Amino acid sequence: MSEKQTLLVIGNGMVGQHFLATLVKNPIKEQYNIVTFCEEPRAAYDRVHLSAFFSGTSAKELSLVEDGFFEQNDITIHIGDKAVSIDREQKIVTSEKGIQVHYDKLVLATGSYPFVPPVPGHDRPQCLVYRTIEDLEAMTEAAKTGKVGTVVGGGLLGLEAAKALKDLGLQTHVVEFAPRLMAVQLDDAGGAMLRRKIEALGVVVHTSKNTSLITDGEQCVNKMCFADGEELETDIVLFSAGIRPRDDIARACGLDVGQRGGIVINNDCKTSDPDIYAIGECALWNGMIYGLVAPGYAMARTVVNNLAGNIDSSFTGADMSTKLKLMGVDVASIGDAHAKTQGAMVYSYQNGASEVYKRLVVSEDKKYLLGAVLVGDAAGYSTLLQYCLNGIELPENPDALILPSRSDESVGLGVDALPASATVCSCYNVTKGSICSAIEAGCTTVDDLKQQTQAATGCGGCATLVKSVLNSELAKQGYAVNTDLCEHFAYTRQDLVNLIRVKQIKTFTELLTEHGKGLGCEICKPTVASILASQWNEHILETDHAALQDTNDKFLANMQKDGTYSVVPRITGGEISPDMLIALGQVGKKYQLYTKITGGQRVDLFGARLEQLPLIWKELIDAGFESGHAYGKSLRTVKSCVGSSWCRYGVDDSVSLAIELENRYKGLRSPHKIKFAVSGCTRECAEAQSKDVGVIATENGWNLYVCGNGGMKPRHADLFATGLDKATLIKTIDRFLSFYVRTADRLQRTSVWMENMEGGLDYLKSVIIDDKLSLGEELEQQMQTVIDTYQCEWKTTIENEEKLKHFRYFINSDATDDNVIFVEERGQIRPARDEERKHFNLVEVA
Amino acid sequence: MQWQNVCSVADLAENSGVCALVNGLQVAIFYIPDIRSTNLSLFSNPVYAINNYDPIGKANVLSRGIVGDINGQLIVSSPLYKQHFNLETGRCLENETVAVPVYACRIDEDRVQVDTRLVAPLRQLIKQGTE
Ligand code: SRM
Ligand SMILES: Cc1cc2nc3c(=O)[nH]c(=O)nc-3n(C[C@H](O)[C@H](O)[C@H](O)COP(=O)(O)OP(=O)(O)OC[C@H]3O[C@@H](n4cnc5c(N)ncnc54)[C@H](O)[C@@H]3O)c2cc1C
Ligand code: SF4
Ligand code: FES
Repeated sequence: MSEKQTLLVIGNGMVGQHFLATLVKNPIKEQYNIVTFCEEPRAAYDRVHLSAFFSGTSAKELSLVEDGFFEQNDITIHIGDKAVSIDREQKIVTSEKGIQVHYDKLVLATGSYPFVPPVPGHDRPQCLVYRTIEDLEAMTEAAKTGKVGTVVGGGLLGLEAAKALKDLGLQTHVVEFAPRLMAVQLDDAGGAMLRRKIEALGVVVHTSKNTSLITDGEQCVNKMCFADGEELETDIVLFSAGIRPRDDIARACGLDVGQRGGIVINNDCKTSDPDIYAIGECALWNGMIYGLVAPGYAMARTVVNNLAGNIDSSFTGADMSTKLKLMGVDVASIGDAHAKTQGAMVYSYQNGASEVYKRLVVSEDKKYLLGAVLVGDAAGYSTLLQYCLNGIELPENPDALILPSRSDESVGLGVDALPASATVCSCYNVTKGSICSAIEAGCTTVDDLKQQTQAATGCGGCATLVKSVLNSELAKQGYAVNTDLCEHFAYTRQDLVNLIRVKQIKTFTELLTEHGKGLGCEICKPTVASILASQWNEHILETDHAALQDTNDKFLANMQKDGTYSVVPRITGGEISPDMLIALGQVGKKYQLYTKITGGQRVDLFGARLEQLPLIWKELIDAGFESGHAYGKSLRTVKSCVGSSWCRYGVDDSVSLAIELENRYKGLRSPHKIKFAVSGCTRECAEAQSKDVGVIATENGWNLYVCGNGGMKPRHADLFATGLDKATLIKTIDRFLSFYVRTADRLQRTSVWMENMEGGLDYLKSVIIDDKLSLGEELEQQMQTVIDTYQCEWKTTIENEEKLKHFRYFINSDATDDNVIFVEERGQIRPARDEERKHFNLVEVA
Repeated sequence: MQWQNVCSVADLAENSGVCALVNGLQVAIFYIPDIRSTNLSLFSNPVYAINNYDPIGKANVLSRGIVGDINGQLIVSSPLYKQHFNLETGRCLENETVAVPVYACRIDEDRVQVDTRLVAPLRQLIKQGTE
């Protein structure tokens, strides 16, 4: 023991603790007896997430110290005892409680205190600050009796404090000296946008206000008087007007301090006494005090390395970029947000309606990102920060990075573009390289990575980026989605299309024997059935194909939860005559089906039993209906608006075109379902821009949109071609659809297909419109074959004894499924729920 | 009463299922002539019978599922939510604790026969699985 030196740390705050935690992982710790003074009544806790205390996070949960940390590492901690003096001659530190410790090396991590402007009355009751757990307890206490709370200071911390007051149920004001909020990080426009957002939340913002006096209030405990003569009654006054380094103890022992405070340190984080270091918010480096944890942590690591004799490691400044959510408003600032750099150029984007403001500061040659401000939407933060920190060259049009239109991914910087040395997590200085090594060593989840590398365990700002790195690395290591269709075919869907076309394969069995193994499964069978149908278009219930079909295709109807089916006849373009409507109603009535108008402009009849399907369809076909293919991965509906025939704004006949298109492509089997719509003018009543294929009439002809999607991940369609005459329009759609059918993956809608396509929309245009692959004619021909061989699947089925056999419920009995039970609701049937089956008297309709 | 004649082979659907009513039970019968070209089953029995009720989707639909093999197990995939049931053991591949009753099934000349007493070793399994 005795040959060990003593290392003393004053202050056990965030940085002091990070220093200890880093030190004990380094072998150098064996050379020291470690002692620390901790003024607060508890060891280090997470100040960054202090506000979480209000939402119920306990002091214990905020703790940054693992259970048993001090004991296990032989660290002596004097809790609730403050160091009061340093004798540098004797190398002795004395505490308030009279403890004296001799040190060989001393680390000052005393942090800072909230600055309270010396306004007369600043020490009145309920004038508080916001830094420690005790401060929060005082706020909570004061809020119990008060109604109004005012924060002095509209910076980062002030706004966070305002949120806390608001959450405590107080009428909240923010008083700021400067003309805008977050003056340090934001420019005027950004500050104004933030102000609007925060005011919308019910917080009153007063800018350019100088408090001159705090005195007795009339309705409230306090009254604030401003230099401009205005007054504000408030119960609580919360000062958040900046921080001041706690350098008194250093000053008293003669260490160099800055003019405006802060213990001066060099790149090794040494003070003017080579045996004394200073780190965190008390330290002044290069004239700067850093009020953020990340730079403090970097200083802590520098000292550990320095003690260990690693002289290369030095502190050379830190990035002050920040991203946070203030009262639910995303705010981020990166680098040189104010464009102070010589020659800097600025791009800005402002959307008053959605309250988004974004600003990019780029170098004179437009090659590099110098800074950025984001308010209202900080989704691009990680990407922009990486451009800035790693000096990555910007894309040709840097404004694409802040303009909305395209999805974030498409303009985002792929994580693959980051060098291994790029810092991903600045709190814990974790590089992309070290994340990759951790993944190589077996981490497969973000949680694993947090444990292994500490990335994303500080401010949390890097979490999305960490996740992207993880995903991309896993993909590279072969955890990638295996592109084989399934265990029976080591091919993609596109490979199979080519095999089937080139080798003229007509059945699943042929394909399986020659190119697959086993019996097949519910993935490859329907997929191959669909490819065969789109190539050769034989009836899907032919003996060779029937067993391949998903149940919906196999019974040409959609199975419902109770094993019954729905029936959806085609109503082209949504146009239907009264007679047809009556016929439909009669069938529904006769078979007691539940009837509903679908989202696709047609009628769905539910509750048909398997054995009833042919009977129902016979009647429908006799009445002039045909299959609506609601069961297939095929063309669903072509939605129309009424268009020029009736509508006073109609530019062209949208109904006729919709009907023509629906009749042309009905029955086409495809990787997933396909939906169309045609609108008669740009008012777009048919919602064509949400469809796989959308057409809108204009004075100059038809405009064609492609690859839209509703459903799970809605996507606006892209404008593909404009001012087309009908012939060209149809030719273009023919090619587009054939190309989709050939090259998309199983269950891939056109939207996802296009987004995953290398080259995206431009490539698609070059293939379909410019015919870059000289496929045009072939694609059109393929479509023509399908059109020429169209048959109403239901008509063929009811005319064929063999096919009708599928629709017997029991092969050996005329009985029916006694588990199908309906109850009545609003005058129609619906399947009985589980509880109803047990407890209620059931009406059986059969 | 053990083996009962249910139907003729021509009533079955190749590489697919049909449903039969046997002793008041809904029995899904799968006919897989292609099994002979694989090494999936020791005896290359072309017919399999299980109860038609899908305990997960809670409806009588299993005969309408797609048959095939997954990891060397002969399966039917439920048409409702696509879980796989092993045609020989009745076990659900996605959920160990779920199983459907399996019955003995054979082709005798042209007749398809089913014995609806549970296949012996499975009785216990189903008891465990459903309790
Ligand atoms: C009946 C209907 C709802 C209604 O009562 O209105 C419906 C019902 C079903 N939809 Fe739908 N969708 C219906 C319109 C829509 C629409 C609206 C539209 O077409 O304008 C959408 C969003 C638009 C789109 O697809 O881009 C829609 C997006 C979906 C999706 C999500 C697709 C996606 O790309 O995210 C699914 C799931 C899937 O296909 O994988 C789905 C699947 C289904 C299935 C097939 C689910 C199933 O497997 O049981 C439902 C069975 C239909 C049946 O039994 O007849 N349905 N579905 C509508 C039938 C329209 C028709 O006449 O054919
Ligand atoms: C509400 C709030 C939100 C914040 N949000 C963020 C954020 O989102 N991102 C970010 O990067 N930063 C944020 N910060 C700033 C961050 O908390 C500080 O940068 C960080 O705590 C600095 O660490 P430190 O160890 O230097 O100081 P501190 O954490 O303050 O620790 C100093 C400790 O030393 C003790 N001490 C002082 N003098 C003595 C003495 N003589 N003897 C013994 N002990 C002494 C003090 O009592 C204190 O416990 C936030 C701060 C607050 C208050
Ligand atoms: S889209 Fe145009 S034509 Fe169609 S209904 Fe609306 S206004 Fe009329
Ligand atoms: S950057 Fe703060 S946790 Fe990673």
